[in-house]
Amino acid sequence: MPRRTDIRRIMILGSGPIVIGQAAEFDYSGAQACKVLREEGFEIVLVNSNPATIMTDPEYAEKTYVEPLLPGPVAKIIEKERPDALLPTLGGQTALNLAKALHEDGTLERFGVELIGANYDAINCAEDRDLFAQAMARAGLKMPASLIVRGKEGDSADGAPIATAEVDRQIDEALTITGLPAIVRPAFTLGGRGGGIARSEEEFRQIIRGGIDASPIGQVLVDQSVIGWGEYELEVMRDNGDNVVIVCSIENIDPMGVHTGDSVTVAPQQTLTDRLYQQLRDQAIRVIRAVGVETGGSNVQFAVNPDTEEILIIEMNPRVSRSSALASKATGFPIAKIAARLAVGYRLDEITNDITKATPAAFEPTIDYVVVKWPRFAFEKFPGVDETLSTHMKSVGEAMSIGRTFGQAFVKALRSRELDRRPSYADSDTAADLVERIRQPRTERYDVLLEAIRRGATDEQLHESTGIDRWYLDEFRRIALGDDPTPTDGAGGSATPGDATGLVRTFKSVDTCAAEFAAQTPYFYSGWERPDQDGNARHEVERGDNPSVVILGSGPNRIGQGIEFDYCCVHAAVTVKESGRDAVMINCNPETVSTDYDTSTRLYFEPLTLDDVLGVLQVEQPEGVIVQFGGQTPLRLAQGLQDAGIRILGTSVEAIDRAEERTAFGDVLSKLGFKAPPYATAQGLDGALAAAEEVGFPLLVRPSYVLGGRAMEIVYGPEGLTSYLEREADITAGKPIFLDRFLENAIEVDVDALCDRDTVWVGGIMQHVEEAGIHSGDSACALPPFSLSDEIIEEIRRQTRGIALELGVSGLINIQFAVYGGEVYVIEANPRASRTVPFVSKAIGVPLAKMAVRIMLGESIADLGLPAEAGGQGSLGHVAVKEAVLPFDRFVGSDGLLGPEMRSTGEVMGVAADFPQAFAKASAAAGSPLPDGGTVFISVTNADKPLALEVARKYHDLGFSLLATSGTRGALVDAGIPCDVVSKLQDARPDQSDTAVTRIAAGEVAIVINTPTGSGARTDGYEIRRAAITAGVPCLTTVSAGHAAALAIASAREGEPGVVALQELRR
Amino acid sequence: MTAPDAPAYLLLEDGTRFDGTSVGAALTDAGAGPRSTGEVVFTTGMSGYQESVTDPSFAGQLIVFTYPHIGNYGVNASAMESDRIHARAVIMREAVDRDDAPRAEQGWLSWLAGNGIPAISGVDTRALVRHIRDKGAMRGGLFAGDVPQDEAAATVAAEPSMAGQDLASTVTPKEAVTVSRSGQLRGTATGAEGDGPLIAAIDTGIKWSIVEELVARGARVRLHPLSDGPEAVLAGDVDAVFLANGPGDPGAVDHVVDTIRGVLGKKPVFGICMGHQLLCRAVGLTTFKMEFGHRGANHPVKDLTTGRVEITSQNHGFAVQTPDGTGRIEGDEPVRWATDFGEAELSHLNLYDRTVEGLVLAEANAATVQYHPEAAPGPNDASYLFDRFLDRIREGGSIADVGRQTGDAAAAQAGIAADGTTPAQAAIDADTDTTTDGASA
Repeated sequence: MPRRTDIRRIMILGSGPIVIGQAAEFDYSGAQACKVLREEGFEIVLVNSNPATIMTDPEYAEKTYVEPLLPGPVAKIIEKERPDALLPTLGGQTALNLAKALHEDGTLERFGVELIGANYDAINCAEDRDLFAQAMARAGLKMPASLIVRGKEGDSADGAPIATAEVDRQIDEALTITGLPAIVRPAFTLGGRGGGIARSEEEFRQIIRGGIDASPIGQVLVDQSVIGWGEYELEVMRDNGDNVVIVCSIENIDPMGVHTGDSVTVAPQQTLTDRLYQQLRDQAIRVIRAVGVETGGSNVQFAVNPDTEEILIIEMNPRVSRSSALASKATGFPIAKIAARLAVGYRLDEITNDITKATPAAFEPTIDYVVVKWPRFAFEKFPGVDETLSTHMKSVGEAMSIGRTFGQAFVKALRSRELDRRPSYADSDTAADLVERIRQPRTERYDVLLEAIRRGATDEQLHESTGIDRWYLDEFRRIALGDDPTPTDGAGGSATPGDATGLVRTFKSVDTCAAEFAAQTPYFYSGWERPDQDGNARHEVERGDNPSVVILGSGPNRIGQGIEFDYCCVHAAVTVKESGRDAVMINCNPETVSTDYDTSTRLYFEPLTLDDVLGVLQVEQPEGVIVQFGGQTPLRLAQGLQDAGIRILGTSVEAIDRAEERTAFGDVLSKLGFKAPPYATAQGLDGALAAAEEVGFPLLVRPSYVLGGRAMEIVYGPEGLTSYLEREADITAGKPIFLDRFLENAIEVDVDALCDRDTVWVGGIMQHVEEAGIHSGDSACALPPFSLSDEIIEEIRRQTRGIALELGVSGLINIQFAVYGGEVYVIEANPRASRTVPFVSKAIGVPLAKMAVRIMLGESIADLGLPAEAGGQGSLGHVAVKEAVLPFDRFVGSDGLLGPEMRSTGEVMGVAADFPQAFAKASAAAGSPLPDGGTVFISVTNADKPLALEVARKYHDLGFSLLATSGTRGALVDAGIPCDVVSKLQDARPDQSDTAVTRIAAGEVAIVINTPTGSGARTDGYEIRRAAITAGVPCLTTVSAGHAAALAIASAREGEPGVVALQELRR
Repeated sequence: MTAPDAPAYLLLEDGTRFDGTSVGAALTDAGAGPRSTGEVVFTTGMSGYQESVTDPSFAGQLIVFTYPHIGNYGVNASAMESDRIHARAVIMREAVDRDDAPRAEQGWLSWLAGNGIPAISGVDTRALVRHIRDKGAMRGGLFAGDVPQDEAAATVAAEPSMAGQDLASTVTPKEAVTVSRSGQLRGTATGAEGDGPLIAAIDTGIKWSIVEELVARGARVRLHPLSDGPEAVLAGDVDAVFLANGPGDPGAVDHVVDTIRGVLGKKPVFGICMGHQLLCRAVGLTTFKMEFGHRGANHPVKDLTTGRVEITSQNHGFAVQTPDGTGRIEGDEPVRWATDFGEAELSHLNLYDRTVEGLVLAEANAATVQYHPEAAPGPNDASYLFDRFLDRIREGGSIADVGRQTGDAAAAQAGIAADGTTPAQAAIDADTDTTTDGASA
């Protein structure tokens, strides 16, 4: 059946901000879908609140709405745009849940919008554990013994709570049916949030009760434990002719018990016999039919008992997923692209395989290499959280590697992780000690396992402790002991095996068909192979004569280096291609658009180490390399590349260093006559204390060369400094430490600008909502600024020009300023793409990254046809606000406090006519919609009290009740603002049950404004913030954010802001 | 003699050489010991190595596995497709000998060596496959590293070409055998003797899985030497005739084609792979040697009548020539023409290269497919062919629709009701009912 002609306009929902469990893979899927459906002649209406995505680039849709992914705003967009169909399967769980809500509230029916890709029943069946279990039973498929425990009546969020005694009865029943250990999973939460493995009866009760609270519909599924069984996933696709294919099988090396997002996984599966694998395949096909997914891709997860060969279905996702992105990159079969075509009527055999251009998409990819996916964690950012891996996903990103053998792929994956620190071992640790250490899976598991082998651990011991299949243990043994002729230990830098092996680095293609057909799409990886008879590597790269530019990507996403950098790299590739050169991408992150083989002229899926990159450059012989767009990862390679005689395009390595190196940059500022907060560089405790005396407290301290403010802290006196250095000893020891005077309550300003060494064009001046000291990645900000005077803005502009020209920037520069006491201070300058580039580009309608690349390739600013620079308030005709999204709710035990260390995983953007409206949109999009009334709990430091009074008065005027602890209340009452009092936790008598924390937990508080008196577990502030996060109450940790929220609430009273497409913004 | 892991190499007839290490039976001097020359072919299936090497259709061939890791789960008697290894040698990127896999009875490499089969590992199999893909299947041989290349070249040159070779005669049984219990061939029979339809199979190298699929459905299968004529094949109370898979050139076993002409129209005839090619020859078509064949578990086959597509297991180096002589079915309609046995229809095609995948002779009550519905290795999408074949025989009806891709079987398996209600809808309906009951109570 060919393309449908009865639909013309299709709405696509994105997945919103990057959060744990829902990351860049949905930008990859969504961008592919937009591209292919536009090629098919459909009009696309796109909604996604995340500005750092390629899909929200205005050229990807007729209408692009960077609006909150909530039923209200989306209904308005539907009313305005009148799409014929809604495609909800490309935006993760967020889009599916939203589509479900729009169906249930009648919006889709009212406006005659058809759900395509997955119908309501199919979505419901796959998501509702109960319905899914029934469907599987009807199809004769087995699932783990399980039971649903309900904490609410019915199946919706507004069901009445069920009595505790009845819930307890259900829990008892569950215990008899499933036994222990058991797996607990709440319904409708992302990545299994709120679930876990219960090994004791006490844990069983506790986790179920917690899961009921975490689930919006108050349901949890309690499953028979299949811990230790093999875990497999199959990616299935079905078309409207009921043709079904399996795209890829994925095997988790970690047996059942670790969330697949946190597991090291391998494609294709390695250990199943053909007969058993075919049974999984048959069952996966039955699942997609039984659930009724009519067109598109689904992911089916299995548990397989290796000894009895018993197969159980664990779950299915009726949409593209993290695993489908991985499967697409692993096989070359573009699942999202094909799913989009299937949704509009095509059948698999009517779609051409992109890679061969000769065979149809109705086939199953077969591969002749091995793919390993490695999760990337960020526990170092969240002291105190439980680092054990379980069914609750905790990783923030992933790397993928391709090798000709498992060993080659595995060590490449080790190299791709970009680890800041590695596990350490005592000389006295025996093999048995290390074997015990990996019994509970943690992120260090495989490093320790390899070390355990080196210290004599047997396969028997390792298998008993980890449950990992012996085939993998054999492979690990060869890697650990160096018996494998190719792999080299990932711990070192070099990827090159010794000459003695006789193997040479050989670039092979990913072609979906194991070389059965000629591949047209240049997607490469390196393997180590025997050379041909003449001793030459049998490369498959057909380089041609066109000059090429290599773009180095940013590796696995992690906090501080996320999708924003991938966005910039994609723009770089597109621009290089537009210049007539070949764009060559090197990256190892499977979630991204940059590793879509459509993005560049040639894609090399390789780790970003100097050795791996030089391997590619040897084949490519490029005109130059772009290192400034992928964050710290490629910057770290810049010097090495230059030393190897490679030309770095754009701003020179020296200029980057000059900005990064404190003393040198201090000299730049002195030369220009610009102010910076007093600072010093010191080494060791004594040195730091002496330097601190000179600079003066409070101080912002951090190690040199850090990413995302890692280990950055504000200290108020010598005790704080001493304790900091002790805590962070493993990072700071032996290395220089930076000490900067911290400017309290200063306004922070971020600037992104272009420079061609002669001229500077200021793209955007962003005023932060939170004061200086909060990491810019975690702070909300507005463009244009909402309270800076024209004089200050002019001064910032002048200093930006001065610095960019003095450094000799060619391309992008980001500068952070603090406005303190009416004066401008330079905090830092980074002559490279910054995290804010996509936000600014969307807010001002100028693709900054593309412009920067044109400059780097030789054009001047005058050639670019840029509009006038945006200035102060009112200069754009609209205001864009960026808000950060934080993962505190995923990490039990973490403090929900903002600080100089970045901890956000993603961001959203709100666009409206003025700052308050835009801020309200951004807050709603970030998942903390502001309330219209209720009680505001305020607890602030003495230093914050004067400002807090003003803010409290605003809330009082808006009709909110105020609640405070005694100190803050005293100040409010003295100022004539009525306020109730509640005890602090630490003042409460042991028998007292009414404290700020209990009030928040009881849902009596609508907004929490709490500024920190010091970070650390078990302080009062910590407990208050944790309670707010748990209860889902907006928690503002700065007075200025409290102020912005009050403005937004006031503005919302005057009517909700309308929705606006990026294409409608006027400049 | 070569020690394990001693240098070894593959030499192709065009002089291209690929080095590796010997991991199977010891390679003796060229010409002596196990024969390690033959046609070099590749299979793209990612699992099922034991099924492949024991498939008689690989007789006379050196198998290149495109998947790098081979041997991961060892070997097990249940995966045998015949009583021995038929491939002459095995060529791999990364072979492993592992007997501690959960169901392994022996390690893969020890088993190859124990059965006298040479094997080489460490070969850049992808480069080799690209070479064969571009240049076509060719002869080659495995040699110990110290064998001079010119000597090896002479040995390869002495190997006869695959075209024109009758290899089926080398794998066919000496006398007829009847199989009536499931598991009988693999020595694991447990159940009682079947008393279902009697099927006479002309055994040109039948895979045990085919026999098993039939016997498991209650049939009795009588395996005939391919020299048996129509009378022997139809002797007794035969309900149907089966044409098996097999090695070598289908153009070199014309006596089997004559036998087929002798049974056509008398009993229903169903066939797979070489059986399909031989039936096509019986109605006047020819067969030709393909560039490098179809060997793998991912080939899309389209039913020209229903337009549906299934993923199939394939293993053939020859294909059926279309009546127009192009070797391809360009249209999207079955190709029909008149034969001595009534109207014939080319019913299926391979979407990779549009070659013929199925034949139906409605009047003569015969149907054959080029692909392998018995899988082993490969997908089970087409296993309903065996159900239909036996159902039709039991009903005494026409087997013309035996290969028709309708999706009914798939729907039934997935629990989809005859009215099209999916289990999901049924579950939701059931759930709604409960809710309504609850509300009204």
